[in-house]
Amino acid sequence: MALAVFWFILIAVLWTGFFVLEGFDLGVGMLHAVLVRDEPGRRAVINTIGPLWDGNEVWLITAAAAMFAAFPAWYATLLSGLYLAVVLLLVGLIIRGVSFEFRGKIDSVRWRRTWDVLLTAGSLIVPLVIGIALGDLLHGVPIGSDQEFAGNFADLFTGYGVFTGITLVVLCVLHGATFIALKTTGGVRRRAGLLARRAAPVAGLVVLAFVTWTHSTAGRGILINLAELAAVVAVFAAAWLIATGHEGWAFAATTLAMATTVVSIFVELYPRVMVSSTNSAFDLTVHNTASGDYALKVMTVVAIVLLPVVLAYQSWTYHVFRLRLTAEHFQGPEGPGGSGASVAPQPEA
Amino acid sequence: MSQLDLARLQFAMTSIYHFLFVPVTIGLSFLTALLQTAWHRTDRPEFLRLTRFFGTLLVINIAVGVVTGLVQEFQFGMDWSGYSRTVGDVFGAPLAMEGLGAFFLESTFLGLWLFGWDKLPKRVHLGTIWAVAVGGALSAAFIMAANSWMQHPVGYTINSSTGRPQLNDVWALFTNPVFLRGYLHVLLASLVTGAMVMLAVSAWQLRKGADTEVFRLSARLSLVVLVPALLFAMLVGSELGVTEGKYQPMKIAGAEAQWETCQPCSFSVFQVGGGNNDQTPTKIIAIPHLLSLLATNHWNGQVLGLNAVQSQYQQRYGPGEYVPDIFIQYWSMRVMAYLATVALLVGLWGLWLLRRKRLAESPWFLRVAVWAVVLPFLINTAGWLLTENGRQPWIVQGIQLTRNGVSPSVSTTTVAISILVFFLLYAALAVVAAVLMTRYARKDAAEAPSDDQPVPAVTY
Repeated sequence: MALAVFWFILIAVLWTGFFVLEGFDLGVGMLHAVLVRDEPGRRAVINTIGPLWDGNEVWLITAAAAMFAAFPAWYATLLSGLYLAVVLLLVGLIIRGVSFEFRGKIDSVRWRRTWDVLLTAGSLIVPLVIGIALGDLLHGVPIGSDQEFAGNFADLFTGYGVFTGITLVVLCVLHGATFIALKTTGGVRRRAGLLARRAAPVAGLVVLAFVTWTHSTAGRGILINLAELAAVVAVFAAAWLIATGHEGWAFAATTLAMATTVVSIFVELYPRVMVSSTNSAFDLTVHNTASGDYALKVMTVVAIVLLPVVLAYQSWTYHVFRLRLTAEHFQGPEGPGGSGASVAPQPEA
Repeated sequence: MSQLDLARLQFAMTSIYHFLFVPVTIGLSFLTALLQTAWHRTDRPEFLRLTRFFGTLLVINIAVGVVTGLVQEFQFGMDWSGYSRTVGDVFGAPLAMEGLGAFFLESTFLGLWLFGWDKLPKRVHLGTIWAVAVGGALSAAFIMAANSWMQHPVGYTINSSTGRPQLNDVWALFTNPVFLRGYLHVLLASLVTGAMVMLAVSAWQLRKGADTEVFRLSARLSLVVLVPALLFAMLVGSELGVTEGKYQPMKIAGAEAQWETCQPCSFSVFQVGGGNNDQTPTKIIAIPHLLSLLATNHWNGQVLGLNAVQSQYQQRYGPGEYVPDIFIQYWSMRVMAYLATVALLVGLWGLWLLRRKRLAESPWFLRVAVWAVVLPFLINTAGWLLTENGRQPWIVQGIQLTRNGVSPSVSTTTVAISILVFFLLYAALAVVAAVLMTRYARKDAAEAPSDDQPVPAVTY
């Protein structure tokens, strides 16, 4: 059964990786039109995540596939139980995913505005719905003795679940604003920094409320867990670092805040994977949902071999695209092959 | 319609749609990689322009392919939780491996390729498009291994306490004869699809008379890939038919609407009537021995009739209806085979013109080649209908019936809402993707980067 525990940890790592990486590009998606009004600026903002978002999103795909493979009953109960929420999530992912590619393909203001709206909406829906789902894991939804979901759509909107969604949205906004400030120059950078400065204290209060609620929901005594403590410290540290103009360190702090916030849910959840609000005897656990030992062994080998390779080339991507972008480089006609759209990034300030 | 019908309709709709984009993606990524390799080797600017031109068509397809693939992954849990719960131990493994071993590769290197033009050394940049192509092909390998397991389950034991299949030999999933042939067949079909798209776009541009020296090159490449790939795809496809016939005799008997066991068996070119309630359709032009040959690889091979397999299955699995929809089975097989033949004729015609150096000057061929772009999509769809409909009523052959795979906790209304949502969204995506593809494919190549300019970064 040790392998099942390993896979629970790995799935927690995959979800955390998803929010740490896609978290900032979701934030960028939500902010790109709010933060910047002019077209070159918007393009600069979108292009900060251009080469990265697709690879980041695979963390979600892999997290879901890993749940399917390692804990089939968890995957089955969660997705069938949250059916309509998952439809909403997929709609968000679809409109967001294609908006990157479609937005610049036709040179028309109305066309771009449409995709701006869809990119913003999609980027908001995704962390909100996944947040509600993650919150529901811990808070509990009606699950019967047959491990099947026994409630209806309204049961998904638990107070804690919705607040988890809001917390993750707020963290994505802060993470995204910090990222834009780190990756751009000039006016865009200033505006992003200002927004991050204003958002950080709000995020700090939200995270504080969230970890308090998480801890009381789990009901394991007064001893606060380290992840929860770290989340609160990190988010306030981020606020201070942004205010003092340390963009790189601020981004590291929002990364840590995001990671520890997600981790705290999984820490409180273990050894359960999905709590039943009907009867704690019906809880889905690491043990009663795991695949057989052989399947887990095979996948463990695959994960141990491949995950470092994936991390290596994804890190390399971040290294290749490490330079800042500036709005002035997006003045010309756009789109692939569009002449004059050449990007000559500035050296890091 | 029941929840089961709607869940099946939803799966059929989303799979068919997803698989319109996947083969183009796989095929065009290899062809684009070849074009960029040609540029790398020869330094001719025409190849660079073609690389970027077809690369843009490629990424439009990837965008839609990726987002619709998400729906496929989540649907197993949403609509088919009975299935996921039962077989996740075996079926989940290749899916998780796809994420870790293929999808990360394809997505990450696509970003590097798109945005790395002026940031990576030329050789490394060439490597990134090959990584995208390999990632796409690997992704298909894991999906085909999972699908082949549903056609012919191997490498598992039934757990005596849960009654569910458990993986006990992962290697068996990847040496499954249905997988080996099925995967090769899909890869070749993808090359055919990519090549026919490239041929159609090149033909359009040649007809317009713009940049003939550029699009002559891509027309040549597409034809040189198309014809051999199509021939091999047909060969492997007929081998796959024999393999499937061995493990799923219903599938092959259904493809001929053959109710009685025969030996030798003839293949009908056409039939009038047929269907599950009409056991004596009127066969038109029966070619002797051909079905024996296709189904068994022997001139006089015996093919079990639907009635014989039905009574065998009833003995083994208990009473029930084990015959799939014969109308779909019979016609999807023929649509696939006949249209593939048409595609082959187009390809041979093109090769003949190419040899006589008259390709760009043959308006009739160019016109036909543009319209021929619909062929691979119809062929691919028919191929999947043949293979997936032929598995019914099983969701996993011999292990679980489709009706036992649906989610018990999901209501009919819920599935209906989601079908409506995805139908509208997919329709909108289809329109936008089609508009963008045709707009871009018709674009003057003069708008492509000219030689004196440094290669600009592709940006959003």
